[in-house]
Amino acid sequence: MQYRGTACILQLFINSLNKRREIVRNRTEESQQQKSVRDLRIGESGEISSLNDPEMALKLLEMGCIPGAEVKLNSKAPFGDPVTIIVNDYTLSLRLDEAETILLK
Amino acid sequence: MAVTIEAEAPEAKKVPVHQPVARIALIGNPNSGKTSLFNQLTGLNQKVGNFPGVTVDKKTGISHLTPQLKAQIIDLPGSYSLYPKSLDERVIIDLLYDPVLKNRPDLVIVTADASNLKRNLLLFTQLADLRIPAVLALNMMDVAETEGVKIDIEALQRDLGVPVIPMNARKGIGIAALKILVSQQLSATEVAFFEVPANLRPTVEQIKERFSLNNDYLALHYAHQYKHLRFLSEEDKVWVAQLLEAQGFRSTTEQANETIARYVRINEVLLDVVRVEKAKEEEKFSNKLDQILTHRVYGYLIFMGLLFLVFQAVFAWASYPMDLIDEGIAALNGLIQENFSGPLINLLTEGVIAGLGGVLIFIPQIAILFAFIAILEETGYMARVTFMMDKIMRKFGLNGKSVVPLISGVACAVPAVMSARTIENWKDRMITIFVTPLMSCSARIPVYTVLIALVVPEVYYFGFMNLQGIVLMGLYLLGFLSAILSALLLKVLLKARERSYFIMEFPVYRMPRWKNVGLTIFEKSKAFVMEAGKIIVAVSIILWVMASYGPGDSFERAEERAVAEAEVKGLGEEQTDNLIASYQLESSYAGKFGQAIEPAIRPLGYDWKIGIALLTSFAAREVFVGTISTIYSIGEEENVTTIKDKLMSEKDADGNPFFTPARAFSLLIFYAFAMQCISTLAIVRRETKSWTWPLAQLVYMTGLAYVSAFAVFQLMS
Repeated sequence: MQYRGTACILQLFINSLNKRREIVRNRTEESQQQKSVRDLRIGESGEISSLNDPEMALKLLEMGCIPGAEVKLNSKAPFGDPVTIIVNDYTLSLRLDEAETILLK
Repeated sequence: MAVTIEAEAPEAKKVPVHQPVARIALIGNPNSGKTSLFNQLTGLNQKVGNFPGVTVDKKTGISHLTPQLKAQIIDLPGSYSLYPKSLDERVIIDLLYDPVLKNRPDLVIVTADASNLKRNLLLFTQLADLRIPAVLALNMMDVAETEGVKIDIEALQRDLGVPVIPMNARKGIGIAALKILVSQQLSATEVAFFEVPANLRPTVEQIKERFSLNNDYLALHYAHQYKHLRFLSEEDKVWVAQLLEAQGFRSTTEQANETIARYVRINEVLLDVVRVEKAKEEEKFSNKLDQILTHRVYGYLIFMGLLFLVFQAVFAWASYPMDLIDEGIAALNGLIQENFSGPLINLLTEGVIAGLGGVLIFIPQIAILFAFIAILEETGYMARVTFMMDKIMRKFGLNGKSVVPLISGVACAVPAVMSARTIENWKDRMITIFVTPLMSCSARIPVYTVLIALVVPEVYYFGFMNLQGIVLMGLYLLGFLSAILSALLLKVLLKARERSYFIMEFPVYRMPRWKNVGLTIFEKSKAFVMEAGKIIVAVSIILWVMASYGPGDSFERAEERAVAEAEVKGLGEEQTDNLIASYQLESSYAGKFGQAIEPAIRPLGYDWKIGIALLTSFAAREVFVGTISTIYSIGEEENVTTIKDKLMSEKDADGNPFFTPARAFSLLIFYAFAMQCISTLAIVRRETKSWTWPLAQLVYMTGLAYVSAFAVFQLMS
């Protein structure tokens, strides 16, 4: 009983990880309307054009992610999320859905 | 506002020195060396108190600026701006905007990381616009230098309009200059960094008038933050809300515009102040190290290895000082009991001193655990751990930062719950606090050891895998799984109050500052003794009274009964004493309690004797073993083997062994889940500032324990 419960939750967990990956794949394939930090490859840089989530934007702005600043995707955590970016010569870590709100030119 | 002349009421003077004490607040970004500076300024003259309404510690300390002049230093939580993003950051605005002028600090020292000046100046410019007298402590000059950042101090001082002290707080460089400077009268800067835009002027003017403010920027902050300002009455808040509504004030947009405008201004200032000479041709050392330490395989392996080391330290190394404390308390009690006697002496030795011993015994584990945590945090490794664990933890409604409390929970839930403070998000933090006590803490070990020894044979598989060890590990795993699954449950049940952020600075790797590590150890141990200690001692005394007194003359009769039985059986003096103790406990108030709850615990396989142990171990789980020893008249100072032999020979009504595997496992499961720890409840009450959470925990955990133990007993017997 206990084993089945645990196994079931593990399966759910793995499924949800996979689902995430599919979403990412779909997003990169179909929608190319505007690039965000999420779409950068490791080592690739871009220039911030705007922040599309007002609440998150306040935090990001304070941390130095201002429009016009250069941002570089530095590394990804083992499961691909969170990521680290370099802005203004220092390293920030943030989740993918947070990185997604930083739009690039 | 001058530093040295503060209009204090003359009778408030406590020090005979005729200089009033200046109040200086330390403020700065996280990782800007604020803690180091605080430690350098105050040394061991620190006091930890509470800011009203929040859980962050208020650290204050006295610094001798000059031989004659003392100053009170207030350490504020690290923050990137004056717009708080977490509950704890709000203490900054509570302090700085206090309408009672003398409650405000006379001066703020703004710490800034010289190697990353741009972002660090944001907070400074906000403080400057509030016209608070300030000094800029330009910290980490050494790091800036190695990175080729050259700062023109003179020019910076001129552009900012305040004194700038280049320093290296870790090595103590610049401290003397800073002390001399802040001992002088300082005024606020004349330079304005941000003008309130024209469209907000009407709002600002009305707020200024209503609250008699003379600073535009302060009035603007009232508009942005009125909901969170403690000193505003409900009526005031309604007034502000209506005003903002009428004016069409958009807080988020205006804040964003302000921040961008400030950065533009800071860039202008820094253009001719900072020069970066050395181009970064090589990758930073930290980045290279990260490729290994956050690697998908090595990263976790290294983390596991470190965890193993921490476990070893907390369990194995801590046992030596713990034994010393144990023996010390026993020796002290023995000494007192030899020379004095009477009921008061019994209360002192068996109630108060034994209770104190129960508090002190945890100090080695807390000290060692926090030594490790402090080192991991100081070096910057902890940020990598949260980075690696975030995605996994998030699935369960937790946060990368929950890893630290959960791991610490293996030693003791009390410091673990305290360490959940670093989690900014309310929901994540409450879930973490709620599930942490389910992790198997060290106080469960004595209970586990005795019960496992009782029913699990000492068999080895493959020559090294001990069956008893496997069962023990299983119990740890059970604790971990129940914590994780409970978190999942709460994730669904709890509504989020605010958004969960993970955005944080990724600090570069550094050598730990040993002074900071030492102070952390000292502080956490002290907090435990002061906070949880009081309650543990109090409850220990109550439980001692319950176990030592009975209604009417029941104690005398119990003794007579025991003596008569001992004579029939022809027992020796020591065995007779043990029998008396056992009968007396049976007829004590605790014994009555045990008998009263027997119907409720019989389905779990327990009798009234175990009922007594459940009651007495409510203060702390490990008391279970001591009570069991007394009730089965085993006597004191016996080792596990003796207790085990005695318990094995215990028979039930039909003459069969009482401690069957079913009973023992039912008890094991009960202790794995039940909230048998008054200290944890006390600390959760303190951390959450409400009785709701500790009571919910008590009901949930005891309920879970009851149901699981019931299931185990019924299935196994």
